[in-house]
Parts: sequence; structure tokens; C-alpha cells
Amino acid sequence: MKKCIITVIGKDTVGIIAKVCTYLAENGINILDISQTIIKEYLNMMMIVDISTFNKDFKVLCDEMEKLGEEIGSVSIRCQKEEIFEKMHRL
Amino acid sequence: MINMYEVSETNKMIEHENLDVRTITLGISLLDCIDSNLSELNRKIYEKITRVAKDLVSTGYDIEKEFGIPIVNKRISVTPIALVGGSACKCPEDFVTIAKTLDKAAKEVGVNFIGGYSALVSKAMTKSDENLIQSIPQALSLTERVCSSVNVGSTKTGINMDAVRLCGEMVKATAEATKENDSLGCAKLVIFCNAPDDNPFMAGAFLGVTEADAVINVGVSGPGVVKKALEKVRGKDFSELCETIKKTAFKVTRVGQLVAEEASKRLNVPFGIVDLSLAPTPAIGDSVAEILEEIGLERVGAPGTTAALAMLNDQVKKGGVMASSYVGGLSGAFIPVSEDQGMIDAVHAGALTLEKLEAMTCVCSVGLDMIAIPGKTSASTISGIIADEMAIGMVNQKTTAVRLIPVIGKDVGDTAQFGGLLGYAPIMPANEFSCDAFVSRKGRIPAPIHSFKN
Repeated sequence: MKKCIITVIGKDTVGIIAKVCTYLAENGINILDISQTIIKEYLNMMMIVDISTFNKDFKVLCDEMEKLGEEIGSVSIRCQKEEIFEKMHRL
Repeated sequence: MINMYEVSETNKMIEHENLDVRTITLGISLLDCIDSNLSELNRKIYEKITRVAKDLVSTGYDIEKEFGIPIVNKRISVTPIALVGGSACKCPEDFVTIAKTLDKAAKEVGVNFIGGYSALVSKAMTKSDENLIQSIPQALSLTERVCSSVNVGSTKTGINMDAVRLCGEMVKATAEATKENDSLGCAKLVIFCNAPDDNPFMAGAFLGVTEADAVINVGVSGPGVVKKALEKVRGKDFSELCETIKKTAFKVTRVGQLVAEEASKRLNVPFGIVDLSLAPTPAIGDSVAEILEEIGLERVGAPGTTAALAMLNDQVKKGGVMASSYVGGLSGAFIPVSEDQGMIDAVHAGALTLEKLEAMTCVCSVGLDMIAIPGKTSASTISGIIADEMAIGMVNQKTTAVRLIPVIGKDVGDTAQFGGLLGYAPIMPANEFSCDAFVSRKGRIPAPIHSFKN
């Protein structure tokens, strides 16, 4: 399993998670965990996904997610490999 | 599994607190390029650098993108050129051709600096060392990306005062040769005592002869992260303060270790060390001075500054050492003036002097760094300042360095502009009493008694 963290940050509107999840489903990416908070209409969402079944380059996922965020308009979406968080927060 | 809190803590550090990896530095040995024919030597050097480093910059960008961590600089360090060019170069002008080759290779592979236009002369100079040192002003004025350094002393050998005298003259000559750009050439020239072989930070990086054919060294950063963490422990006792610095340094260093491992794997070049330095930039909130002020000083330079810095430096190391398999390079808090907004402000406020900076260098890396002094300062005064700083390194068994910029045509009250990461600096007064008679003595200062450990 190859894990990646997707974070979505920005103003909450209808269908943000739906759009992100649709993209993931269409590209064969399984979601392992989702959590989110909304403070004063400000959305902070994090997903842990498995990219071992994603058959394009990881950089493509980064670019396409960024583009999706721009399409939605009010949010920024970024993808990072899990290791940076594992390294920093786990011994 | 990683939780949301941890993810947002990391991303907050990156987005709001200037967490970054300051540099991936690829060390390349040029010992196998040595040739007695100068043009052949230049050809081999260019070929080797452009071959070994061809994927350095793109690999850096890939890692940046995939992990979401900025890697500010991708750089190259090479074997000290005084050794590499010893056989082919008969005069300073011959060495300048190598500087131009290094510059061309750096541009070709896309790195912003290449270090190693260096000579190691801690005990004495060969003719080749002397030629290289004499070529420095010309080399730095005719190239854009080449960085130069000279190691003029060590705890084991003492201080080579002939080299100190010559380097004072070369700093002044470099300032003259680049006076159109506020003597910018001097920002690329470092005079060392106890220079490490594996330093990834410019301008003092070179690849020592004890190193492998190629090696990846990484310099981490993160003054902004430490500052933010300390805001949460205002008024708390020293144990809590130290604990916070250690934990933060640990986290910052782990990122450096990850980047180093990835770069090493992808470039198929062995991993050398992570350098644990807190390296500031002129960006707001990326300042070592601000950390010291957060610890409790009104301004850097106030009484207590040296003690606070000693503590900071020590805690950064204690936290960082645990986070990396190999630690090396300079590893300590940097206190450059022009590259740190808090330092610049302290100078403007009259809180920070050259003498206080000298005291601070006794307890942290690296030395008198990026300090602009009046252009009228004599070469012998510069040599005197270098000698003082070298003595601190020699006696304390640590690396010290001098990167002074005598800004030609400017005086106290003026400001020198260097641009980019090099920042800007108010001209600071240098003590004008003469040390001519001291500096013009020939020979060397013997090694201190505590260097005889066998």
C-alpha cells in the first residue's frame, strides 16, 4: 500500500467532497480515512488514500488535484506522500 | 495512522512558519579530473560536474512536489580547486579559467551556487594555494555563481598568519573588483578556521578530500518554526523552553533526513550528512534574532544574548541529533546580519555591534557572517578581525568563519544591497585602531596546548 494525504482547505460550498471523491473513484484510488472540520464556513478536510492502484505518475495526481481546487474556486487542494508526516510525528 | 492534527501542524509549519529544506548540496570530487594540461583539466571538470549533477535540480523539484516541502536551493560543492588545479595552473590567471568553467557548469545544470573555489592552508601555503588565493578577486568578479573559501587555521595546526594577511588583502581586493554591486563578491568569500569537509551551506561549502566520489548533504532550516513554538511557552521556565526547542528541532530535522534519503536514493549517490543549522532568511518570520527576542531579549545584542544563543544552539543540536542518522557540516545557529531581518533591525536600533557579534560566535556556528563594514577599512584591519575570529575557533575547537563585506564607497549610516537570499545590510563601524604591526609579522600562531591530546 502506498499512502498519500490529500488536504482540502478553503471556503465551504456544496459538493466539494463529492467532486474530490468522484475524481478519486474514477482514477481507482481507495479512500482509507476522512476527517473534516468546519469553522465559520471554513473547511479543513483531510483524506488518507491508497495510491498503489493509481496508474499515473504521482505528480499528475498533484497537478490534477490542484486544478480541481481551482475549478471549485474557493478551495486549495494538495497531495503529499505520507512519509513527510510519518517522519515528523512518529518515532 | 496519521491524524488531522498532525497533518495540519506540518502544513502550518510549511505555509506560515517558513519551514523548508534550505539546501540539497551535491558534493562532487574532482580529484580524478587532475591533469597537467589546463584546457584538458577544464574540459574534464565541466564534463564531470554536468554528468554527475545533471538530474540534481529536477530531482529536487520532484521531491518538493511529492512531499509538499519547499527545497530552497540545489547546489554543488567540489574538491578544493587549489588541489585540483595545482599541477596545471602556473599563475592566478590560470586558476581563473577554472572558476569560469565552474560557473559555466553551474549554469548548465541549473544550480544557483557552486562552492569549492578553495584552498586549505591552515599551516602553510603551497605555490598553488597562493596562486588560487590571489586569483579570488578576479574569479569572483568574473563569475556569478562560484563561491570561494580559504581555511587559514585549525585547532591542530594553529593559525597561518601569512594566509590571514593575504586573505585580508584579498577581501579588500574582491570588494574593489565588485564595487559596482556593493562589493557583492565578498558575500561569496569565506575565511575559515576548522572548516568541515561536508558543509552543505554556501558560501563555505567544499567537498573535502576525506569524502567519497559524490555525496548528498542536506541543510535544514526552520527559525520561524522554533519562534512560533516558543510563543506558546512565554514566561515558562528553562526546562520547558529547552524541551520545546528540542522537540521542534527534532521535527524540522526529520524532514531534512527524509529529503536527504530520497535525494540519495533517486540520484543514486550516497547520503552524507544532515546539517542541523538554523539558517535564517531576510523573509519576515524566518529569523534567528526573533527567536532570541522571543526567549526574552528586547533586541539581539542586549545583555543575555550570548547565553540565550548558547542555549538555543545546544538544544537545536540535542533535538536534531536524534532525528538524523548522520549529523555533520556546521550544525548550529547561523547569525548572518544581512540575511536576518531581526539582526538588521537590531543594528539599526544600535543594539548590536561587531564586538557583540564576535562574542556570539564563541557559542554558535559559524562566525562573523554577512557583515557590511565601511569600504575605507584597511586590509590589515580586516586581517586583524579575521585573526580574532580564527583564534576563537582554534581555542574552542569549533568552526569559525569570517564573511565581511567592506562596501567600497559606503560608510556607517549607509546600507548595502545584495539582493535575494543575501539580503541587505546597514554598514557597521569597525574599530579603526591599527593592528598593522601585529598582522605584518610573518609565520604562524602555534597550535594551542589542548590540541596535543595524544
